[in-house]
Amino acid sequence: MNWTWFHKLGSPKWFYEIGGRWLPWFGWAAAILLLVGTVWGLAFAPQDYQQGNSFRIIYIHVPAAFLAQSIYVMLAAAGLVGLVWKMKLADVALQQAAPIGAWMSFIALLTGAVWGKPTWGAWWVWDARLTSMLILLFLYFGIIALGQAISNRDSAAKACAVLAIVGVVNIPIIKYSVEWWNTLHQPATFKITEKPAMPAEMWLPLLVMVLGFYCFFAAVLIMRMRLEVLRREARASWAKAEVRALVEKHA
Amino acid sequence: MNPVRKKRLYIVLAILAGVGIAVALALSALQQNINLFYTPSQIAHGEAPEGTRIRAGGLVEQGSVQRHPETLSVDFRVTDGAETVTIRYQGILPDLFREGQGIVALGRVDADGVLVADEVLAKHDENYMPPEVTQALEKSGMMKHYEGGKQEYVQ
Repeated sequence: MNWTWFHKLGSPKWFYEIGGRWLPWFGWAAAILLLVGTVWGLAFAPQDYQQGNSFRIIYIHVPAAFLAQSIYVMLAAAGLVGLVWKMKLADVALQQAAPIGAWMSFIALLTGAVWGKPTWGAWWVWDARLTSMLILLFLYFGIIALGQAISNRDSAAKACAVLAIVGVVNIPIIKYSVEWWNTLHQPATFKITEKPAMPAEMWLPLLVMVLGFYCFFAAVLIMRMRLEVLRREARASWAKAEVRALVEKHA
Repeated sequence: MNPVRKKRLYIVLAILAGVGIAVALALSALQQNINLFYTPSQIAHGEAPEGTRIRAGGLVEQGSVQRHPETLSVDFRVTDGAETVTIRYQGILPDLFREGQGIVALGRVDADGVLVADEVLAKHDENYMPPEVTQALEKSGMMKHYEGGKQEYVQ
């Protein structure tokens, strides 16, 4: 297998260039998918027979929850790459993805609470799914705080990578909490092995929203990482030239 | 992969495995405490603690809901297919509350074995359907099968 692309990722300059080329694709895909998914889900998808219109919060809640968990797995993968291969860009990705993941967890918890009040009759219940999701949010806070608290960049990278890797244990707990224990949260509607417990006119807009959220995450992450790469490489000649060119363009 | 990297990779994987095993042991030790509610069978077999507030969960039995006309109090039975628990509640029930629906009630079991609840939460399942589909299912008599499937699922 050809690993050159992987080793190239170690070069911040290469990432800055290639990221700049990918950014508009992800950005436009995210804008179009989110717009289509929102209008489709909120205006055209049918009501649920029990919950009526309040089920529509699924179009925000589920993609945000998917992303909160996927981003954490990505943090752990970046942490592993950073620890084993000492790739600087892995730390940039880890530090820059963590706040996005924290926001996604927060959105999932908030929309879940807003939905829980009319459906269950309670904003919050200490069941296994909700609690493990709250722990995920705190893990994100921990990684962000740790990265900010240690001023030496290498030590901060190492500490954050270890925390990210150790915390990944929480991800299967979130995923299977609804099967292992009695919870108020319902089990997964979508399983890889079975057809979804939802008709197509309801899950198609959800699929669009999930894809839109992933593209949104990719676009925001690339933007944040490019900025951080510029900041960290501020002494390199290519970065200086790039900043000068950007300033002249906007002047 | 060069030996230094390989060693680091093994150390990281060993840490992850260690933490994973520790968490798995802790969770299996706490198994009962993590469950949000006791099923009627567990209560009937004395697995639920007595004299304290507990949560009971299950499906509201068909035809068991009795409302008192003068007050807000309501009696109903909750079943998991094998055993039932009678629940007494005074207050406003959640919108999703109806016969056949999964609920979780928080309260204390009194001397007669009735759970006097001060909170009733509706449990939603993973199935979503447009209302027209439900009506069609009801018309053709298939809703029974569908609800029956849910009962089996709970067991």
